[in-house]
Amino acid sequence: MENITQAIQGIPLNHYILLSAVIFAIGVMGVLIRRNAIVIFMSIELMLNAVNLLLTAFSAYRGDAAGQVFVFFIMALAAAEVAVGLAIIVMVYRNTNSIDINVLNKLKW
Amino acid sequence: MSQSLFYLIAFLSIFFSLMVIFTKNPVHSVLYLIITFFTFTIHYILLNAQFLAIVNFIVYMGAIMVLFLFVLMLLNLNKDTEPAKSNLLKMAGVVAGMCLLVTLVGSVKALNVSNPVVLTNPGLGLVKNLGKVLFNEFLLPFEISSLLLLSAMVGAVLLAKKEA
Repeated sequence: MENITQAIQGIPLNHYILLSAVIFAIGVMGVLIRRNAIVIFMSIELMLNAVNLLLTAFSAYRGDAAGQVFVFFIMALAAAEVAVGLAIIVMVYRNTNSIDINVLNKLKW
Repeated sequence: MSQSLFYLIAFLSIFFSLMVIFTKNPVHSVLYLIITFFTFTIHYILLNAQFLAIVNFIVYMGAIMVLFLFVLMLLNLNKDTEPAKSNLLKMAGVVAGMCLLVTLVGSVKALNVSNPVVLTNPGLGLVKNLGKVLFNEFLLPFEISSLLLLSAMVGAVLLAKKEA
């Protein structure tokens, strides 16, 4: 275990921020370019995970355990969100026989 | 064991998350997302956040991804039924995402602080330490999150029932 924690010593904090920003942007792009509702949900999971990683990095950087507890709460929230979201998707599929979000364009107005 | 491990894992995270959004087949997307979450688990281990690594492994890779895969296979989705946006809209989406990325990176560059991450307290992310913090300072949010999970469970059952 000592070797592993030695390995991370000296990674600049900016590189963690950049990694999380890139993955968050990939999640945003996924929401924008896909029409499959489930893939959009997966992109939202990617964004949540990018934020989780950044919170953990800041927590380790500051030596404060509150950040990691917050990540734990975000994970509980993500589990609840996925359960409700997938139930909604199943219901939409049952009513429209498709999970194309463009079918749901009545929700715009 | 050197710093290059971090950069290798970071590259893999970015590569596989790109594969998630660019593969046509939604089942492949889920599988790539599982690999992405595994690389996140390795990031947590590198930060010595062992509790989060285990929770990420069990909750995300175990529970949530199985739920995704289950729904995909229940609805029998594959490449043929995959709806696709027009190329113009795809380009617009990629450009918008890149604009967001450039803004974020630019603001990070403007901060101009880049101290290395040094684990001042190596026992920070262990179960022992986090449990003490969780059940002292964060006891009320912890109990409320159990209410959230209960209501989510009831809501999911109610929504997915045949005749609501």
